[in-house]
Amino acid sequence: MTTTTKTRAISTSRFVPAVFAVALGAALITLTGHVQAAALHDAAHDVRHATGFPCH
Amino acid sequence: MLSRFTISAVFAGAAAGLLTGLLQLVFVQPVLLHAELYEGGDLVHFGAEAVSAHPELPGFDLMRDGLSVIFTMLTYTGYALILIGAMSFAEERGTPITARWGILWGIAGFVAFHLAPGFTLAPEVPGVAAADVTARQVWWFATVAAAVVALWLIAFGRSPIMILIAAVLLAAPHLIGAPEPDTFAGPVPTEIGALFAARAFGVGLAAWVMLGAFAAYFWQREGEQ
Repeated sequence: MTTTTKTRAISTSRFVPAVFAVALGAALITLTGHVQAAALHDAAHDVRHATGFPCH
Repeated sequence: MLSRFTISAVFAGAAAGLLTGLLQLVFVQPVLLHAELYEGGDLVHFGAEAVSAHPELPGFDLMRDGLSVIFTMLTYTGYALILIGAMSFAEERGTPITARWGILWGIAGFVAFHLAPGFTLAPEVPGVAAADVTARQVWWFATVAAAVVALWLIAFGRSPIMILIAAVLLAAPHLIGAPEPDTFAGPVPTEIGALFAARAFGVGLAAWVMLGAFAAYFWQREGEQ
């Protein structure tokens, strides 16, 4: 019983940061690869093409 | 726990991104610069005179190429965060996460984030005709999401039905079709376009294999402390 509770506690403590990490990663990809703001687009232009993102 | 995610992702993403940025400068950038000579009209395909296939290209540009390397590191740090998030879910279910297994994770990441969307929206050389960028981005995200779910089902699904669902998810975006341009207007020779797509895929695969191995390695290393 104790073991079950402990395992579940670990899962919960890992679940939230894991979801946060995925969300942060997705936000970063959106910023570097997709946002069309001119300054970002120009700076990331070559990377967007080379990484296969739709660029312009 | 959160610091384990962020620290291992930053190390893995920065390392893989730096190496990938350099690979792109060596193998992809010259093809891109060559294409831009046609995009900007300096060279004309099927013009009055035959054009040399080996023109003089602009050299290394500290600002432009430096920014490219920085943005590649940022991009792969983003991918590392997503990859490590997924790895931690799998580890929770009893899958060992080691650098060697990380290579397989990396190949899966390449399939989901590069090959799946690129199968229909091939990596674009500058100057190609393409549909509205927002529509293509929506299709890109949807295709990547479907491929991520599909690969997870293939790797961890417990019944053949899961494989079937995965196959449908992988094929559907391409059967539905991506936003395509109404007319073709690309001024760049097809040889350059094909080489660019091939180089982008090749460097992408190398990038993801490195990212997978580094992500798993740093995830374990940060877990030991």
